[in-house]
Amino acid sequence: MMMTNPFDSYKGKIPVKILEEVKESLPKASLKKISDALQTVYKEYQEAKIAPGEAVGIIAAESIGEPGTQMTLNTFHFAGVSELNVTVGLPRIIEILDGRRDIKTPMMEIYLKKPWSQGKDIKKVALQIKETTLKEVISEILINIAEFSIELKLNKAYLKDVGVQQGTVVKILEKSFKGYSVKLKEDSIIMKSRSKQESLNELYKIKEKIKDTYFKGVKGVSQVLPVKRSNEFVIITAGTNLKEVFKLDFVDEARTVSNDIYEIAEVLGIEAARQAIINEVNKVIDAQGLNVDKRHIMLVADTMCSSGSIKGITRYGVVREKSSVLARASFETPIKHIIGASVTGEVDELNSVIENVMLNQPVPIGTGLPGLVTKVK
Amino acid sequence: MAEVYLNGKYVGTVENKEDFVETLRQERRKGKISRNINVLEDFQTDSIYIDSSRGRVRRPLIVVKNGQPLLTEKHVQQLEKNEISWSDLVNQGVIEYLDASEEENALVAFFPEDLTEEHTHLEITPLAMVGLCTSLVPFGNFNHGVRLLQGSKNQKQALGFYAANYPVRMDMDVNLLHTPQIPIVKSVMHEISAFDKHPCGQNIIVAVMGYEGYNMEDAIVLNKGSIERGLGRSTYYRPSITEELRYSGGLVDEICVPDKDVKGYRSEKDYRFLEDDGIIFPEAKVDAGDVIIGKTSPPRFLSSLEEYNLSASSRRESSVAVKHGEKGVVDFVLITENMEGNKLVQVRIRDERIPEMGDKFTSRHGQKGVIGLVVPHAEMPFTASGIVPDLLFSPHGVPSRMTISHLIELVGGKVGALKGEFINGTMFESESEDDIRKALKEFGFRENGTETMYNGRTGEKFKVKIYVGNMYYLKLKHMVANKIHARARGPIQLLTRQPTEGRAKEGGLRLGEMEKDTFVAHGASLLLKERFDSDRTVVPICESCGLIAVHNEYKNKSYCPVCGDNVEINNIELSYAFKLLLDEFKAMGVYPKLKLENKY
Repeated sequence: MMMTNPFDSYKGKIPVKILEEVKESLPKASLKKISDALQTVYKEYQEAKIAPGEAVGIIAAESIGEPGTQMTLNTFHFAGVSELNVTVGLPRIIEILDGRRDIKTPMMEIYLKKPWSQGKDIKKVALQIKETTLKEVISEILINIAEFSIELKLNKAYLKDVGVQQGTVVKILEKSFKGYSVKLKEDSIIMKSRSKQESLNELYKIKEKIKDTYFKGVKGVSQVLPVKRSNEFVIITAGTNLKEVFKLDFVDEARTVSNDIYEIAEVLGIEAARQAIINEVNKVIDAQGLNVDKRHIMLVADTMCSSGSIKGITRYGVVREKSSVLARASFETPIKHIIGASVTGEVDELNSVIENVMLNQPVPIGTGLPGLVTKVK
Repeated sequence: MAEVYLNGKYVGTVENKEDFVETLRQERRKGKISRNINVLEDFQTDSIYIDSSRGRVRRPLIVVKNGQPLLTEKHVQQLEKNEISWSDLVNQGVIEYLDASEEENALVAFFPEDLTEEHTHLEITPLAMVGLCTSLVPFGNFNHGVRLLQGSKNQKQALGFYAANYPVRMDMDVNLLHTPQIPIVKSVMHEISAFDKHPCGQNIIVAVMGYEGYNMEDAIVLNKGSIERGLGRSTYYRPSITEELRYSGGLVDEICVPDKDVKGYRSEKDYRFLEDDGIIFPEAKVDAGDVIIGKTSPPRFLSSLEEYNLSASSRRESSVAVKHGEKGVVDFVLITENMEGNKLVQVRIRDERIPEMGDKFTSRHGQKGVIGLVVPHAEMPFTASGIVPDLLFSPHGVPSRMTISHLIELVGGKVGALKGEFINGTMFESESEDDIRKALKEFGFRENGTETMYNGRTGEKFKVKIYVGNMYYLKLKHMVANKIHARARGPIQLLTRQPTEGRAKEGGLRLGEMEKDTFVAHGASLLLKERFDSDRTVVPICESCGLIAVHNEYKNKSYCPVCGDNVEINNIELSYAFKLLLDEFKAMGVYPKLKLENKY
C-alpha cells in the first residue's frame, strides 16, 4: 500500500505556514515520523486555539487598558524629542482607536529607491517633496505705486537649489493670476494688471496672494527631514499625501508609510489600514517600554475595520453598530438610544454580556455559554 | 518707553524706567507712599507692574545698600532692650516687605557673609523662607522640598496636647496623646511657638532595619513592651449632642427614657444605661447601639385621623445612640440651654486608643507609615549595651526619597539623649553633622551611629551594624479603629434595594464596572450572577402585555393591572435595579415590553 503524503492529509487542518515549518525542520525524516510529528503539531495547534466562550474582547480591553494607566504619566515627558513634533503616548492611542479623521500630527516615512536611498541628491529629493510657496522663491516684493505694478525679486540661489528656471515661476504666476501681465526683466518679475482700473488696495491683496501661491512639491507636506536609518536614508515628513508621493519616481511605494489611517484606507485599502492601526498602536506601546500581546491589538483593529470602513471605538463608531439597545444605552447617551428604540420598536434579544449583567442573568460567556440541547419535558 | 500697569490696568508710560522704579522704592521706604505697594520691573516685556491690591503674600527682608545691610548691631541692641520694635524697623525702611513679583527683581543673600555689591536684600534668617510648620522640621535644609512639605503636613495631623482646657470643651473628634514630650532635636521655631506648651510626639529609639519583612513598603514594627509602657497611647473624644426641638402646633421633643409604645422602640437592653432624666451617667461603658440620650419626638405628619386617636402614643423614638463600630466610656455630661432656650444635652464619650496594627506613625520628615507588626519586647533586637529599640524603620524608605534629615536627626537625637541636652536642628543654622559625630565618638559610640545588634529571637549577632538612635516620632490621627469595616449583610437603600454605601451606614464594598469586567474576563458567568444577587427580586410578568403584573398574597392570585385576570402570568427573577429601570422607562413614556421565553 502506498503511503500518502502526510502533509496532504493535514492540509486545511493546520495553517500552511506551520506545515512548511515542519517540512523545513524535518528534511530527511521517514513518512511515519513526519506523520507522528504532524499529529503532535495538530494536537498542540488545537490546544493553542482560544476556547469557545473566552471573553477575548474584555481581555483585549484590559490588556491594553492596564498598561494605558501607566502611560498617562509618561506622556508629558517624551513629547517633542526629535525636531518634528509627534503625538505620542495616550493621546495618540486615543486618536487611533477613536478613529479620528484629523490627527494631530500627520506624518509620512518615505523610503527611497536606489541610488537615492544611499544619499544621492538627498537634499534635492527632500526639497522636491516639501510643499513650497512663492514666498520662498521671492526675496523681495516691491509695489510701484506710480505704475500700479508689482516687482518680484527672485532668490536665484534657491532656484538653483531646486533646479527651476525663472521662466517656470513666470508660468506659475501667469496661470494663477489671469488678468495680469507677467514679464521677466533681468532678475525680477514685473506684474501689471491688464485692466485699467486698479486700486492700491487690490495690489496689496495680490501681493499677499502671491506669497501663498503653491509653487512646488507635494501638497500638504509642510516639513521634511532626511534621516539615516541603519544604512539608508529615509525622509520623514510633517503632513501626509501618499497619493502624490507615490507618483514620484524616486519613492519606494512598497515601504513608504503614513500615520494617517484614513489616508491609508483610501489609497491602499482597508486591509492596509488594519495593519496600519496595528503598527501605529504597537509603535506607541513599544516607545513607552510596555508590552502588549499583538493579538489583542489585532482584535481591536479587526473590529474597527470589519465593516469595510474605519469605525472608531466610540458611540459614533463600533458602539453604534451593536444590536442590543441596552448595550448601547449603557455606554453613552442612554436617553437618545432608549427613545430611538421605542420609536422604532426595537427588540433586545439579550444575546451579549452587558444586557445580561443589567438583568442579573448569567452572561453568555465562559461558564454561562453552554446550554442544554435536549428539551426538558 | 516702558508701559506702567497699576493693579494690572494700563496707566501710562515712563521714559526712564530704572529711575522710576528706584524712586518708587525709595519713596516707599521713606514712607512717602504706602508701604503696601510693590513694584516689578519686567525686563522681558519692558513694562512696570505696580501692585497695591490685597491678598498678596509678602515677606520681610532686610534692605541692603552698597553691600551693607541697613540693620546694624545698634538696632539689634535696641531691640534686645525693647527700646524699638519691629514696626519701628519697618518705618525706618530697614526692613521691607516684598511680594512674589518684586522678589523677581531682588537678589537676596542668605547670610551676611555672602553679601556683595549686587545684593539688594538680606534674609533676616534663612528660616524665614519657610513657614511655621515647615521650620519645625529639623535639619530640613538637607532635604528635597517635597519632603519638607510632606513632613510639615504630617505634623499637622499629629496627636498631642491641643488645649489645656480640654476637659471642659466639647470639640468634635479630638485626640489627646497621653505622654507627649518635647523633641530632643529642636529648631528655634519650637521655642518661638512655645512648643513645650503643646507638644505632639515622643522621643523613641529607632533602629533602621528590617524585621522579617513586616516593615516593608513603609510599614513600621513596634515594640510591644514600649506600647505597654505607654508609647503612643492616646484618647479619642467624641461628643454626642441633641436638643429638645420645638415644632409647630406646640409640639416638643422630650428627653426621657422612651416608653415601650413609642414608634421605633429599640430594645430594653439598649436603654439600660439611661437614668430617670433619660441621660446616661458618666463612666458608663458603652458599646455600639447603646442609647446615650433617650429622646422622643412628635409624629412627623399629623393626619387628622391620628389627632383624634387617643389610644396609642404616636410619638417617634429619636434617641442618640453609639454609632456602629464605636465604643467607649462616657466621660462628661453637660445639660444646658441653647440660644433659643431649648434644652441642650451634650455627652462626651472617651475611648482609649492603644497603638495597634494599622495605626499610622510618622517622623518629622515625611516618613510616614503604619504599624505592620507588634513584636514582644523579648523578641526585639537589642544592642550590645542592652538597648532595645521601640520602633524598627525600614531602610528602603530612604534612598528614593532622599530624606537626609531623617538620618541626621537619628544621630542628633542619640547625642542629645546621651548628653542630656537639646540639639539645635534649625534649618541652615543647625549644629554641624561633624560635631554630632565627634560628640558621639566621645561617648564611646561608633562615629557613624551604627551599633552591633543581636537577633532578639535567636540571640545571634547580626552580620551588619545597625543604625540606631533617638528620634521624635508622632502618632497621627488616622487610626484603624476609626476605619475598619466589613459587611456580609446589612442595610439596603430604599430606592434601588442595593446595599448602602460607606462605613457609617454599614455599607457594602462596591463591585464596580471594572471589577465586573474581571469576572467576565475569567468567564465566571455564574459567579458574577451570584455576586450581583444583592438586589435580586422575583416579579410577576403578564405574558400578554409584557409589563409587570401584581401578585395578591392574601388571595394567592396574580393579575395584570392592564389585561385583567384572564392572562398567563409568570414569575421571573430580575435585579431590582432593572425593575427600577423599567419603571423609569414607563415614566418617560417608553413601553418596555418583556417577551418571556422558556430557558430550556
